[in-house]
Amino acid sequence: MNETPTTRIVTANWDDPNVVGIDGYLAAGGYEGLRAALAMTPDEVIDLVKTSGLRGRGGAGFPTGVKWSFVPQDTGKPTYVVANFDESEPGTFNNREIIEREPHRFLEGMAIAAYAVRSHLAFVYCRGEFLWPGEILDAAIREAYAKEVFGASVLGSGFALEVVLHRGAGAYICGEETALLSSLEGYRGQPRLRPPFPAVEGLYASPTLINNVETLATVPSILTRGPEWFARIGTEKSPGTKIFSVSGKVERPGNYELPLGTPLRTLLEDHAGGVLGGRRLKAWTPGGSSTPMLTEEHLDVGLDFESITAAGSLLGTGAIMVMDETDCIVEAARRLVQFYAHESCGKCTPCREGTWWVSRVLGRIEQGYGRSEDLPLLDELGENILFKAFCALADGAVSPFQSTLKYFRDEYEAHIAERRCPFTGIGPGGQTSTGSSDATANDAGLTEALT
Amino acid sequence: MAVLSDGGRETAEAIIARYPAGRERSALLPLLYLMQSVEGRLTRDGLREVGELLGITTAEVEAVASFYTMLRLRPTGTHVVSVCTNLSCALRGANEVFEAAHDAAGVEQGEDTSPDGEFTVHEEECLGACDAAPVVQVDFANHDRLTPERVVELVEALRAGEVPTPSRGRAPKDFREASRILAGAEETT
Ligand SMILES: Cc1cc2nc3c(=O)[nH]c(=O)nc-3n(C[C@H](O)[C@H](O)[C@H](O)COP(=O)(O)O)c2cc1C
Ligand code: SF4
Ligand code: FES
Repeated sequence: MNETPTTRIVTANWDDPNVVGIDGYLAAGGYEGLRAALAMTPDEVIDLVKTSGLRGRGGAGFPTGVKWSFVPQDTGKPTYVVANFDESEPGTFNNREIIEREPHRFLEGMAIAAYAVRSHLAFVYCRGEFLWPGEILDAAIREAYAKEVFGASVLGSGFALEVVLHRGAGAYICGEETALLSSLEGYRGQPRLRPPFPAVEGLYASPTLINNVETLATVPSILTRGPEWFARIGTEKSPGTKIFSVSGKVERPGNYELPLGTPLRTLLEDHAGGVLGGRRLKAWTPGGSSTPMLTEEHLDVGLDFESITAAGSLLGTGAIMVMDETDCIVEAARRLVQFYAHESCGKCTPCREGTWWVSRVLGRIEQGYGRSEDLPLLDELGENILFKAFCALADGAVSPFQSTLKYFRDEYEAHIAERRCPFTGIGPGGQTSTGSSDATANDAGLTEALT
Repeated sequence: MAVLSDGGRETAEAIIARYPAGRERSALLPLLYLMQSVEGRLTRDGLREVGELLGITTAEVEAVASFYTMLRLRPTGTHVVSVCTNLSCALRGANEVFEAAHDAAGVEQGEDTSPDGEFTVHEEECLGACDAAPVVQVDFANHDRLTPERVVELVEALRAGEVPTPSRGRAPKDFREASRILAGAEETT
């Protein structure tokens, strides 16, 4: 294996099991970034993060320092910080590992953010299914109180900060920032109209800063090593590193932190061990299930916001799900759209009914019951959903089928023409394949899908 | 009869006190987890009692509870077995793992809970652990890289009253205990 040199910032200490606890973290130089921030004015901290060029890692890539500067200081209301640890975008698992391996790096970044926006109460919204990561975080928060990192006087500075852990209860949409706030206030997790943006009117209608766990975990090193150091890593417009979550058909699935702009080929071949079994790459998501799939022809596209956008997709969460030449693209698209149909919060029609329809149509094509008019129908359904619903969940639902219809239309057509899945042989068109298949999961829905 | 004991009420008050004054409603999810930890699911009585604690109606509580999949308004097994069948797990054989779990637990087609009340088995969306696909959670504790054979062993161990060791962290002994941890009830006692 030829390891290419890497720059590790957020994952730098991941090989050290001691940094889970606060003593190990302090011994490794932890909380020095917070100390440095407290010696500056809050506005200086914001300027420094702006200079670094750090962009949000939660999906949209919004400049972090700019977001911090949007939080008004003259409203007379309290200001809140909410860390988004709802991590549920399919394929994404870096926030979880950050918390499992080094929770204090994230807590330190959150405290720096709170100081910068002058907030004295921070919430961590932890995905409900993350039972164990939540327990680690709970223990880490108590340790931080015990060491007077949190509490009435953060590291003796006189700045007060309380931190509350809040657990979600199983709803993907609660990762969307306005739905998250509804949920945290004790309501159904349904998105709210923006503007007003949470920075101005967020939690309890007060100024609220919301950042992703990876974004916040990146901040301490920017304080200790300087924004210029950070800005030199990665590309000009996408500075720094990103933790790419790689899964699916690769030899070594896992989280790999690399400079933004690293091509998929390097990530895949030098780090993730290549496609499983030496097979050929078929399709991959650059940033989770909500981002349009790319193919083998995009192996040399740099993994940064600009390059991936230019290639027709989105960097999203940097979650790379890999499919190989033996995987059925219709099944993959169906499974992902089913996810959105399941997770739609039901607030608006294009999303609630559109996702349900699309998953039905994909299901019948997959099972060999597709009709010739189904592909134009899918194209039309896509157009009727994209950018027409209330929040970005619905746009995410369009990505899996619209992108695969673009690159693998012949495979959809083959399902319809042969009246079976060319990979499993399942369908009224006959069992000609070698036998075993995994189409059973969809059987229950099949009869309904035919109607 | 009240669902919460006196001790449980104290825990509930402590949970409410985590949120700013006047923002008690933020405690709704943790309080629902607390009720679930006592009853093994949410009942009408539990919903009403949460409403009383927060000064909102039972209907309002139910409207929220029904939105979240981890809050269970229907009969629920002693153990909840969640099999991720989202893409990265499906690519690694999760559909077979789900079928095997469903059968081993004795859950009938179209149902999610076994007639003996031991197991609720359901297909889960991505559990944020795709590097360990296929992933199964037993009472929200992760079991990595499962095969159909391994998941059957897990179900049998649970049936024998064992608490299988998860791939990381500690395992709650059942769904109730998991709900108690989710309520944050441990940290207030
Ligand atoms: C449907 C949907 C789900 C989302 N889920 C998450 C999530 O789980 N975690 C996250 O950090 N951001 C998620 N986001 C993005 C958030 O709305 C928000 O932009 C982000 O937390 C901001 O953090 P950042 O600026 O640090 O990236 C989601 C957005 C949408 C539309
Ligand atoms: S687009 Fe979907 S998830 Fe978003 S608000 Fe509408 S129904 Fe809810
Ligand atoms: S797809 Fe199963 S854990 Fe992510």
